[in-house]
Amino acid sequence: MTWYAFYGALEQGFVYGLLVLGVYLTFRVLDFPDLTVDGSLPLGAAVSSVAITSGVNPYLSLILAMGAGFLAGMVTGILNTKFRILHLLASILTMIALYSINIRIMGRPNLTLLGADTVLDSVSGLGLPPFIASPMLFAGFCIVAVAVLVWFLHTEMGLTLLATGDNAQMITAQGVNTHNVIIFGVGLSNALAALSGALIAQNQGAADVNMGVGTIVAGLASVIVGETVFGSRTIARAMIAAILGSVTYRLAIALALGLKLGSFSFTPSDLNLITSILVIAALVSPQLKRKFRK
Amino acid sequence: MLEIDNVTKYFNRGTVNEVLALNGLSLSVREGDFITVIGSNGAGKSTTLTCIAGGFTPDSGSIRIKDENITNWPEFRRAAFIGRVFQDPLKGTCASASIEQNMALALRRGKPRGLSKGVKDKDRPWFREQLATLGLGLENRLKDTAGLLSGGQRQALTMLMATMERPDILLLDEHTAALDPKTANQILELTHTIVETQKLTTLMVTHNMHQALNFGNRLIMLDRGEVILDVGGEEKRNLTVEDLLQRFYALRGEAMGSDKLLLG
Repeated sequence: MTWYAFYGALEQGFVYGLLVLGVYLTFRVLDFPDLTVDGSLPLGAAVSSVAITSGVNPYLSLILAMGAGFLAGMVTGILNTKFRILHLLASILTMIALYSINIRIMGRPNLTLLGADTVLDSVSGLGLPPFIASPMLFAGFCIVAVAVLVWFLHTEMGLTLLATGDNAQMITAQGVNTHNVIIFGVGLSNALAALSGALIAQNQGAADVNMGVGTIVAGLASVIVGETVFGSRTIARAMIAAILGSVTYRLAIALALGLKLGSFSFTPSDLNLITSILVIAALVSPQLKRKFRK
Repeated sequence: MLEIDNVTKYFNRGTVNEVLALNGLSLSVREGDFITVIGSNGAGKSTTLTCIAGGFTPDSGSIRIKDENITNWPEFRRAAFIGRVFQDPLKGTCASASIEQNMALALRRGKPRGLSKGVKDKDRPWFREQLATLGLGLENRLKDTAGLLSGGQRQALTMLMATMERPDILLLDEHTAALDPKTANQILELTHTIVETQKLTTLMVTHNMHQALNFGNRLIMLDRGEVILDVGGEEKRNLTVEDLLQRFYALRGEAMGSDKLLLG
């Protein structure tokens, strides 16, 4: 792997790290398998790109993107809690709807940001080469996000989020409306996915309605790789592990893409297959371990 | 304190599996009552407790706590009045949260939760003090997750959590049934101590007639969703297991007799 590919993987790892934090929140904390992110990641990209091309400050556009993502997550949460639709199905419904909505927002399937100001311009002034500056910027975003989430999950409200995912009966008996907690939690997760999408769009200079395909599987792969390799004993550790898992995952992909076995080599279109196999392996391995111990 | 008035509840109404779970059940609980609830399987013991806690809305009738009509209140809202311990020791605590986090969650039962620290430094000494009363050594394990505790330890912790913020009514749903006999006795003793010292209004469902007779100042027997026996005070103190069984079988015999008549 070249240094250039290495920095590229770091950049991808960190920029998707925010999404991975969101996936961690739903899958691990709330125990809510949420596929909405496949739609809310491009939603964030679309909102941010449209805002920037209309002259909005790039940082402000991130906040708008997060707001849109939060609303999308809320819709999934409401469908699940108030209308008793199975969580997976609720999230798929929102995700499918977002495809149309994203095209409506952009007015077309994709939107370029070439020449427009982005958040990356704020670091390019530091004199660092862009392939170092952008991973650093995204790592900064991740550090802030982890710090805020660790703080939040240790507040009174945050504890109810943990408890809702763990034991809904118990936390209801403690007087908490779990519906509201789920709606808020899924909203928060999708706000992070949208932020991730907005930054990706600003980084690659375009938003595309199809950029969210497979997001959830990649996010899940990162979460699982993270906790397998880096552990998950505390909340803080689990979240840092999720970010590092995201980086590891992108590095593994970069390695796979650089691999040549005779005349065979992987192409980017093989990524979904590789990711699926990775996730299956990670999910099955604990069971296999148990079997072999017996 | 608690007034259950003519509450009826069908499960699976209108299907072949229709069950009349509560059949015009009425019960008046006075402040400070410690009521033991017995009855055969399917008599409606747990259903009665779930009904008070808000697990479902009755088809008819009303429930009032402290003169507040809570018949249509959702479960989480009623928690402001009610402390609960479940039969399953895993249900009352959060496995992935630490002991102190669990206690902090219980400390705000029925109150709004904000963005202040979940576990407050000023509460820790008090948590330790409370845990020390259990005599299980949990006071030195505040940071351990509840999932590391045994069933008995978790049930003891749940007992504390249900009562540390004084509930108007304590609901115990066969809370020792899933424990081994020794642990069950420890939890029962703990229950006795807590209920007596705090003078808590309590409903305790049990399968064990000795328990039902030895604990509390009042005993009710349920059958087919109705209260068929309600004894208190002197009468309950003089009651023996034999008396109870006699009444129980007398009633069952009668029920069987009427079934026979029906079936011809």
